[in-house]
Amino acid sequence: MADTLSGLQAPAVGAPAVAPDLRGWTCPLPLRDHPRVVMGHGGGGAMSAELVEHIFLPAFGGRTAAALGDSAALSVGGARLAFSTDSFVVRPLFFPGGSIGDLAVNGTVNDLAMSGARAAYLSCGFILEEGVETALLGRVAQALGEAARAAGAEVVTGDTKVVESGHGDGVYINTSGIGLIPPGVDIRPQRAEPGDVVIVSGEIGLHGVAIMSVREGLEFGVEVRSDCAALGGLVEAMLAVTLDLHVLRDPTRGGLAASLNEIASAAGVGVLIQERAVPVPEQVANACAILGLDPMYVANEGKLVAFVPREHAEAVLAAMRAHPLGARAAVIGECVPDHPGMVVARTAFGGTRVVDLPLGEQLPRIC
Amino acid sequence: MRYLAEFQNPELARGLLDDIRAAVTRPWALMEVCGGQTHTIIRHGIDQLLPEGIELIHGPGCPVCVTPLEIIDKALEIASRPGVIFCSFGDMLRVPGTGRDLFRVRGEGGDVRVVYSPLDALRIAIDNPDREVVFFGIGFETTAPPNAMAVHQARKLGIRNFSVLVSHVRVPPAIEAVMSSPDCRVQGFLAAGHVCSVMGTEEYPALAARHRVPIVVTGFEPLDILEGVRRTVRQLERGEHTVDNAYPRAVRPEGNPAARAMLADVFEVTDRSWRGIGVIPLSGWRLSERYRDLDAEHRFEVGGITTREPAECRSGEVLQGLLKPNECGAFGTVCTPRTPLGATMVSSEGACAAYYLYRRLGSPAAPLEANPVG
Amino acid sequence: MCLAVPGRVMEIEERDGTRMAVVDFGGVVKDVCLEYLPDLAVGEYAIVHVGFALQRLDEESALKTLELFAELGLLQEEFGDPLEVER
Repeated sequence: MADTLSGLQAPAVGAPAVAPDLRGWTCPLPLRDHPRVVMGHGGGGAMSAELVEHIFLPAFGGRTAAALGDSAALSVGGARLAFSTDSFVVRPLFFPGGSIGDLAVNGTVNDLAMSGARAAYLSCGFILEEGVETALLGRVAQALGEAARAAGAEVVTGDTKVVESGHGDGVYINTSGIGLIPPGVDIRPQRAEPGDVVIVSGEIGLHGVAIMSVREGLEFGVEVRSDCAALGGLVEAMLAVTLDLHVLRDPTRGGLAASLNEIASAAGVGVLIQERAVPVPEQVANACAILGLDPMYVANEGKLVAFVPREHAEAVLAAMRAHPLGARAAVIGECVPDHPGMVVARTAFGGTRVVDLPLGEQLPRIC
Repeated sequence: MRYLAEFQNPELARGLLDDIRAAVTRPWALMEVCGGQTHTIIRHGIDQLLPEGIELIHGPGCPVCVTPLEIIDKALEIASRPGVIFCSFGDMLRVPGTGRDLFRVRGEGGDVRVVYSPLDALRIAIDNPDREVVFFGIGFETTAPPNAMAVHQARKLGIRNFSVLVSHVRVPPAIEAVMSSPDCRVQGFLAAGHVCSVMGTEEYPALAARHRVPIVVTGFEPLDILEGVRRTVRQLERGEHTVDNAYPRAVRPEGNPAARAMLADVFEVTDRSWRGIGVIPLSGWRLSERYRDLDAEHRFEVGGITTREPAECRSGEVLQGLLKPNECGAFGTVCTPRTPLGATMVSSEGACAAYYLYRRLGSPAAPLEANPVG
Repeated sequence: MCLAVPGRVMEIEERDGTRMAVVDFGGVVKDVCLEYLPDLAVGEYAIVHVGFALQRLDEESALKTLELFAELGLLQEEFGDPLEVER
């Protein structure tokens, strides 16, 4: 059979001589569409990107533009520091496989790990709603402390605020973290280049499905637990093979699709995924089938996707599989010079489809 | 999942594709009626596997896309009222009305909730007796029985704070409308399998005979779609035009009698406007006289809202395969997936949205026309 | 339209005067209303849409369809020139 992908790229008969330039239509759209913030602005997709691009970047200026990765790399007194912050608003606070406390640590630890840094110190800010049971807060704090110890990071400063009843969702947490980037390591989305092999560290969609299974209005019974985990150790194992990892990303909100799109667009490269190679647990696939969701867009909290130079791919994959958090790691595709800025999947049937950047939050579909 | 995964098995596609290829002697234009089938086709790249000349035209069977602007505006108005809890299937939340969508209503303080089932909305009404709970009752014949059950139960249980904003649509009048267009290019239909699970197949023989088109009841998994195409093409090549059931595991000729009885009790047939297409006679359902007090349009007095569809949208022609999306003047300029004018740009599976997306791949024709395989 | 998937009935009970079932969708379990298929029995499969069983899934017919697909594949193999389906 002809290569369907290259078939797609051939100019089609009947195409207009002058096509409107449609590249990048998901990005610089005016915010006038939304005079108020809507949920989609926090979904990690195109709408979140707009908020950053139209409000935060112009206001902050400076180095913010370079720090659109999960964490910023800064030089301080000769050392290179990774610095990251993340806020956690999850409902319910406890879910199968974890809690907001675990997420608050692992989210920030993982953001640091995605630039090759091992988290050293964390800050922790609590925003509590009046009326929250102190016993519940105790359990959250306990989980947070344990997660930090497991990740080898220390919580060194913090803050607590209380908002009136009805003005919060029980417990919100913000954490920030810093860690040292080892010399010789330069991991960032812009470094993806054609020829890179794309590896995912394990089965996708577990966290999102675990959360949805206990969310009001959607409840379903499933044995899926969140994959919430700190990835610093896995990244160290990969760096032990080669310091020349090009890109690491933890596909949280927006799932694998969002991460791959961000990388494709940051580096101006195409990404070609073999859909059958993407590890999707059966229960995740089935939960998605019922709700009309695509596992590629479902959140993970303990997975990473890596863009690795081809010559190191095999060894890196082996090192990942030797680590407990990468036992199911798999090569899912490659970085290509074609269709820059876009992610294309080769389907199991041999067709192709565009895996677009999700717009806002994922919605169950009836249609 | 049993009886789902088996019908997604690529190994079994080969025989079906070969059989289609062996049968085809000339180009044929088929329409898959249902948005769910369109989704499968795009999701698995099925159209790219078909032999050259087999064109799949994406039909008007996505209830989210065809819900008229006017009803969306009524929904937005009701959802904005204080004291209302507005419940909807998830995919309706980002369908734009005039200037805003349900997400934005929520951002402005409206209580808009996503439910999985209409019975969940009824449960919310029972749990919140001091609030007015409104359910957005959209969908084709498949979704209508569940929505009818919520209405029926609300009456039975005496739930007074529950009402439904109804915009149900029916498939056979839509097929009739497509076929009645003088320039219609559609030569065969893949009928919507789950609609027929409920309604059976009795409505289709007259349509097939009148318009001399094969109508093949088709399922939703990749192999089901290929089987629907295979049977339609075989009929076309033989010059036949009958109703055939390629989805027998879920469709009986009589449909589901209990569901049909409930539909007849709760709803009555009415003219319905389709977004981007216009009014199709007798193509919808509204609450019947005995349930009229549960009609949110009456309860919230939004009958005065009349919204005209944007004149520049030509999605009706796109849906009939008469116009390529990029031949529309609004395509890519005032009409984009973020700012859609009509049905075909609203949903990611809509013909215009798919076209738009694939344009960035450098192939305007990819999702709409069969590509040579070989 | 009409995202509906096949599930297997695990338990059946009357709840507030409504016939409900616990249905298993390959390890994902959900409550489903059986009012439209009141004679559906434990162990049977049904097509479920927005929390409602709408039609009994005929297992025999499903298997027959799959057999037909497999036969078509074999038939073509005998005549050669099989389509390469990519992995």
